[in-house]
Amino acid sequence: MSTATTHAEATENHEVEHHGLSDKQYIVIALILAALTAIEVSTYYVDFGPFFMPVLLILMVIKFVIVVSYFMHLKFDNKIFSYLFYAGLLLAVAVYCGFLATFKFFLKQG
Amino acid sequence: MAESAIAHDHGVSHDAHASSTGLSNNKMGMWMFLGSECLLFGGLISTYMLYRGRVSSGPQPNNIFDIPFTSVSSFILLMSSLTMVLAVSSAQRKDDRNTNLWLTITALLGATFVGGQVYEFTAFYREGLGFTTSLFGSSFYALTGFHGVHVSVGIIMLIALVGMLRNNRIPGDKAEVVELIGLYWHFVDIIWIIIFTLVYLIPS
Repeated sequence: MSTATTHAEATENHEVEHHGLSDKQYIVIALILAALTAIEVSTYYVDFGPFFMPVLLILMVIKFVIVVSYFMHLKFDNKIFSYLFYAGLLLAVAVYCGFLATFKFFLKQG
Repeated sequence: MAESAIAHDHGVSHDAHASSTGLSNNKMGMWMFLGSECLLFGGLISTYMLYRGRVSSGPQPNNIFDIPFTSVSSFILLMSSLTMVLAVSSAQRKDDRNTNLWLTITALLGATFVGGQVYEFTAFYREGLGFTTSLFGSSFYALTGFHGVHVSVGIIMLIALVGMLRNNRIPGDKAEVVELIGLYWHFVDIIWIIIFTLVYLIPS
């Protein structure tokens, strides 16, 4: 009885994990990503002036977050998965920003 | 209550998939792996950023990059993420036919991307950029080569998955297996999103 209950709970958890978007919504997101990529590529042909670098970096972050949130389902999944992934990501960014700072990388760019 | 506790203990000790969080251990393991992969690619990307201006001999980055060609490659890899998520969606609906179809298309798009990368490497080599030509060349080939290897491993996993699905040789939850490989595939896509911007679009 209790085993059956446990199994039912596990199934319920599993179903909660699997909810996401419809196929049409995935296609719309892919079109948005394609449009953002087109804007990125346009910076190669069009002079964005002082906005060149910020525009590219912001677009990169937006595309990254969209793929991780919607295609990888982190937005809908249990928060533990988000913590695991973003902990690794933030650790990497912090460690390598520190690494680049010791080589005066950011001073050179400025 | 006692019966429930005994049953719970029984479940924990004999069911390899049970966890105190109620979440799949496989999925947890995959996310931990992807988190650790951020450190690997973080190291390669930051090394490239540091060395991309160090060109003692051979061509400069801005002279050899073919942005229109790489943009098409990036678009192909981005669209492979769409086909992958459609495969996951089909697997969750238990639609084996469409799952196989989308997985196969994903593998083909991935192979097109890797083919483009091989072509690009060959073109760069002919223009005088070898692995040991300069620090820029070494760090560029190391970064994009590691990414290419990851994509190739993903293609092998996709092909193996299609074969196993067709022969019905996947034990347990098929949808979860497709989702796990999908997570890996999307990860190589997000790494390319970063590489495309930092390596190709932002000049040294």
